[in-house]
Amino acid sequence: MSMRLLRLLRGNKASAPVARERLQILLAHERGQRGQPDLLGVLREEILAVVSRHVTLDPTKVIVRLDRGDEVSTLEVDIEVPNDFERKRVAVA
Amino acid sequence: MAKVLVVTSGKGGVGKTTTTAALGAALAQRGDKVVVVDFDVGLRNLDLVMGAERRVVFDLINVVQGVAKLPQALIRDKRLENLWLLPASQTRDKDALTEEGVGKVIEDLRSRFDWVICDSPAGIERGASMAMRFADEAVIVTNPEVSSVRDSDRIIGMLDSKTVRAEKGERVEKHILITRYDPSRAARGEMLTIDDILEILATPLLGIIPESQDVLKASNVGTPVTLSNTEGAPARAYIDAARRLCGDTVPMQVPSERKGFMDRLLRRRAA
Repeated sequence: MSMRLLRLLRGNKASAPVARERLQILLAHERGQRGQPDLLGVLREEILAVVSRHVTLDPTKVIVRLDRGDEVSTLEVDIEVPNDFERKRVAVA
Repeated sequence: MAKVLVVTSGKGGVGKTTTTAALGAALAQRGDKVVVVDFDVGLRNLDLVMGAERRVVFDLINVVQGVAKLPQALIRDKRLENLWLLPASQTRDKDALTEEGVGKVIEDLRSRFDWVICDSPAGIERGASMAMRFADEAVIVTNPEVSSVRDSDRIIGMLDSKTVRAEKGERVEKHILITRYDPSRAARGEMLTIDDILEILATPLLGIIPESQDVLKASNVGTPVTLSNTEGAPARAYIDAARRLCGDTVPMQVPSERKGFMDRLLRRRAA
């Protein structure tokens, strides 16, 4: 009790309730993901396969990222292609 | 009936090895025949905490690979005659822990002991999954701190899906052991409370071990804390936890600040 009084006087808030709330939100999300196939991994593999049919790619230069927002989330696909890929395509055709 | 108990956490440095040694010694002191098994291949430390580091000849990997027989690798404790240690290997060959090999060793240990206590390495990789693979029960060591609680939740998920028991549709009995609990910080609202942790993890409590110098002192001299200072708060908390594992009903002691009037006065001045 006296500790609480002291805290009131000093005006600083306890941090433990913040910890609890953050954990509850995070774990609710993580538990939902558990056991699900790795969505980003699957997307990355399939995108890589499609693009590779037309362009020779370095698989390590394909980056798929998901950003969770409050309203919407964005899926960002970043593929680095070599500069001469168009010439190579013509040659193949 | 022998019981295989895994001491696990996900996060490192929360007190798995200390807990393995302390519970092992407490159970042995009750008269049960106990073996503590170090699964932390490459970074073994249970031998050191048990004070047996100079007596290691063969290890778990040697037994798994058939280089040594189990009785050759088991080290008998010098203080308690029914407490034994199976050390981990110092060579960094984690892949040597095959599921088949570990399964055979665990079966063999089951036939010789009442308790097989597996000290899991940190993380969620091979060593950790092998340590929990054949467990009947699990002690999840958790510090009252966000990253530890998150990792414990992850480990609980693995215990419920990746163990032999889980795959057979049976349950691994799980217990939370809260370690490094600091009553004064809890009173100031700076630390997750016991209730917060239990609510979030939805798993029953085995015990609360207070933060104490006894733990460091015990590991310094290579003695399980339950044998070094038996009257100290952490030893008593571990002994109670061991009794609960055996099915005894023991009232839960929540560590509280035991400060004299002058201490409090000085403390406030300092703060």
